[in-house]
Amino acid sequence: MTKLAIISGGLREPSSTRLLADRITAAVAAGLATKNLTTDASVIELRRQGRAIMDTLLTGFAPAELESVFETVADADGVIAVTPAFNASFSGLFKSFFDVLPEGTLSEMPVLIAATGGTERHSLVLEHALRPMFSYLHAIVSPTGVYAATDDFGAGQGSADLSTRIDKAADDYVRLLQSCGPRTRRDVFTEELTDMERLLTGWQPRDGGDTVED
Amino acid sequence: MHFGIFSVGDVTTDPTTGRTPTETERIRATVAIAKKAEEVGLDVFATGEHHNPPFVPSSPTTLLGYIAAQTERIIMSTATTLITTNDPVKIAEDFSVLQHLAEGRADLMLGRGNTGPVYPWFGQDIRAAIPLTVEHYGLLRRLWREEVVDWSGKFRTPLQGFTLAPQPLDGVPPFVWHGSIRTPEVAELAAYYGDGFFHNHIFWPPSHTKRMVQLYRQRFEHYGHGSADQAIVGLGGQVFIRPNSQDAVEEFRPYFDNAPVYGHGPSLEEFSAQTPLTVGSPQQVIDRTLGFRDYAGDYQRQLFLIDHAGLPLKTVLEQLDLLGEDVIPVLRKEFAVGRPEHVPDAPTHEALVKAAANGDHCTSGTAEEQQP
Repeated sequence: MTKLAIISGGLREPSSTRLLADRITAAVAAGLATKNLTTDASVIELRRQGRAIMDTLLTGFAPAELESVFETVADADGVIAVTPAFNASFSGLFKSFFDVLPEGTLSEMPVLIAATGGTERHSLVLEHALRPMFSYLHAIVSPTGVYAATDDFGAGQGSADLSTRIDKAADDYVRLLQSCGPRTRRDVFTEELTDMERLLTGWQPRDGGDTVED
Repeated sequence: MHFGIFSVGDVTTDPTTGRTPTETERIRATVAIAKKAEEVGLDVFATGEHHNPPFVPSSPTTLLGYIAAQTERIIMSTATTLITTNDPVKIAEDFSVLQHLAEGRADLMLGRGNTGPVYPWFGQDIRAAIPLTVEHYGLLRRLWREEVVDWSGKFRTPLQGFTLAPQPLDGVPPFVWHGSIRTPEVAELAAYYGDGFFHNHIFWPPSHTKRMVQLYRQRFEHYGHGSADQAIVGLGGQVFIRPNSQDAVEEFRPYFDNAPVYGHGPSLEEFSAQTPLTVGSPQQVIDRTLGFRDYAGDYQRQLFLIDHAGLPLKTVLEQLDLLGEDVIPVLRKEFAVGRPEHVPDAPTHEALVKAAANGDHCTSGTAEEQQP
């Protein structure tokens, strides 16, 4: 079983961002199925967490419902992150979610990045906004992202193009998920304690009061 | 068990009148609040330490020494003293003098501070906060326990043949608490030395407090200072009281909504549900506070925050009257019910002197330090 957390930053309901997220998820699940792997996908709609995310930015701690979203992400084997493109970048809500997500959550997490926009002129938002942020968070970002402009959802050749691009991105991501395997969640709390114990015991005076530099 | 108040020392505009106290007024109000705390029967007054506006307590022992001179019984403490950016030699000196002046009515809570620029202002690097804390505190302990100290470390110039003056009162250092919100390293530090651990208990949900206190208690036992339920725990808390619950909510709401730390975020009701903030009648405050024991165990010190967010002095003094008359006496009685004999009382200078005389170092040092 491959646990996927699907993070959708779409603001409207129905949302084209969510639509793209669902299509990518289906393609990834189909790809995993060909490797005899089942998928457990949890969809996180950031709109529903909007107030909780802002409260967390303002107070420094997350309300219980957002804590459980953090748990879902931390427990996942992979993340599919989709945002609308606003003003040449990801949406503020999308960025804010990752600003409050506990540090280290995405460390070594396979991530597929995707975005939607009014026109194809914004397609490089994947490369200049999403990819650097996820790299900074120590995620393993899949090499192929998906950008969908409004026209891509129309009938005709645009639609064929989007399906092809989704399949290509899903193929690459499935290979990444497979090579990464089930993810072991980092226990930052215990890691910090172990470091501290070393620091404290290393600090103790030895041999008649001489101190030891750590 | 000790009950008291801790003050941040913020100069904040009263949102209901638009009036901002002067720094002088705020400092004098703090003194009046501390004196009133003693008058209504509280045990502890603790001040924060800040080095930037809009806060006034940059020199805690000056403030505490002044208060100590005008009080008889209440313990002077801090919340917190910055172990990272203060020179440990100066901390040792300042609190030794305070201890002598206050005749033992002084202890301190160490913390790392949460204002980034304070580190460079005092020549330190925030990225080294934890190793800095460990090294500075290691030195502070030795200054208070060894007559002549030879010391070298990474973060401070070395000492050769240094003797602290004055030496701690009666040869017993002030009791040390380590304060933290979410840093497990601090709980580990407190447990390692058998010091007290104080959880801020204002900004985070009780589930986090529970986890940190449990960790501290387990590690306290692990390091051989006693059983987990003998560890010395303190908790913060935040209350606003009126005899009638609805009056409390109506009066406190504008202060909550505009508070510098959490204002303009969650509602008063949401924040009250998510954190230990209690706005209501004395009975509501009593019930909520007694509930702290359910997740923190029997503990030694309870401090309330009551004088922030622009609340006028008159209101704060009324809060102290309500605490002293209607809340604390009940809490004292109820917290004593079912409290096991082997759970230690709140630490005092007299108790530490007595313990030292009996050669009992149960909660004052590591195994190695206890070697003769």
